[in-house]
Amino acid sequence: MISLYMAGNSWAHKLPARVKLIFLFVLSLLIIPFNTLWFSAALLVFVVALYATLGRQGLEKVKVVRPLLWMMGIIFLVHVFLGDIEQGIIAVLRLLAMVLLANFISITTHMEALMDAVEPLFRPLRVFGMSPRRISLAVALVIRFVPVLLAVYASLQEAYKARTAHANSWRLLAPFALHAIKMTDHVAEALTARGGADGFDRDKK
Amino acid sequence: MSSDRSLVQIAFYAALIAALGLVPRIELGLAGGIPITAQSLGVMLAGMMLGPVRGGLAVALLLFLVALGLPFLAGGRGGIGVFYGATAGYLAGYFVGAIVVGAIMKAMRNMNVVFGAVVSGVIGGIVVVHALGVPVLAYKAGMTMEKAIMVGSLPFLPGDLIKVALAAVVAHTIARGLPSAMLSRN
Repeated sequence: MISLYMAGNSWAHKLPARVKLIFLFVLSLLIIPFNTLWFSAALLVFVVALYATLGRQGLEKVKVVRPLLWMMGIIFLVHVFLGDIEQGIIAVLRLLAMVLLANFISITTHMEALMDAVEPLFRPLRVFGMSPRRISLAVALVIRFVPVLLAVYASLQEAYKARTAHANSWRLLAPFALHAIKMTDHVAEALTARGGADGFDRDKK
Repeated sequence: MSSDRSLVQIAFYAALIAALGLVPRIELGLAGGIPITAQSLGVMLAGMMLGPVRGGLAVALLLFLVALGLPFLAGGRGGIGVFYGATAGYLAGYFVGAIVVGAIMKAMRNMNVVFGAVVSGVIGGIVVVHALGVPVLAYKAGMTMEKAIMVGSLPFLPGDLIKVALAAVVAHTIARGLPSAMLSRN
């Protein structure tokens, strides 16, 4: 699977993930009272400038907001109908700025670094018997499962196409679920056979 | 054994929700070709099959991966940015929704599967998700609640109802074909 991460060696890549996350969190709280057009525009310019410091390749990453544009359009139109164009522009500018700023972290921080940065948040879960190790395993499993599931669905789709000439149908969902659940049973068995989610802990045995 | 199984199942349903968001839209002929992304279908299924605890954990795991930057939301969206977007409330709604779906399914485990799936799907999968999603949309986009309901809730209701029906069909098939997989009823 393609992560949003962009390999590189810029100043933003070198900054610790925790610093970036805290900066995002603090900034998101700080901007709340400043609800003017100029401030929102300046914020967006500032965020786009951050992308620009990564070079042309970085600036191109601004495109990640494209899937959000239709929603921004609707939000803007609603404000136009309410007769407050300025509020509409402010709302869209701020959303764009904050989404881009947050994505800036995803683009400049490797997934593992991000996981290490949030790991302390999971420590309280130890009380419920969830080790950070199990969480990493679950994360790895999801990333591996997604393409497998898509392949299972594609093969069902192909068979369906051969039978009916239609490419897709809701009828495929139930067999898809059955197939996929059977698969998880095998994975669970294989995991147990290899020593379980916690592995063979040499310190314990 | 059983804890390995839970872990794999949680990861599996998280992946299923992601995969359903990436699957090309399923066009429903019977509903006049309304295109629906199946992501919230996955959320309902996670709650219906796994029950409240594991269902909620599956959604939480998916959201964690999304925050880490994986493009696992419908349309290939991902990154911490989505939690600052106007639809962030729906994501919280997915989490609480899966828990509610699972809890209702569990409470109704001695009743008909399809009936339980429809009740839990409507309450957890639609009412809860919209109840959390719409106020955040209204706040983030600076709209009134009425406007937010008009844009963020009503247009999706027909599709959501279809998804509840589909989830009920899948739940029915699994309850018959692979009853051990219906953890919410065991």
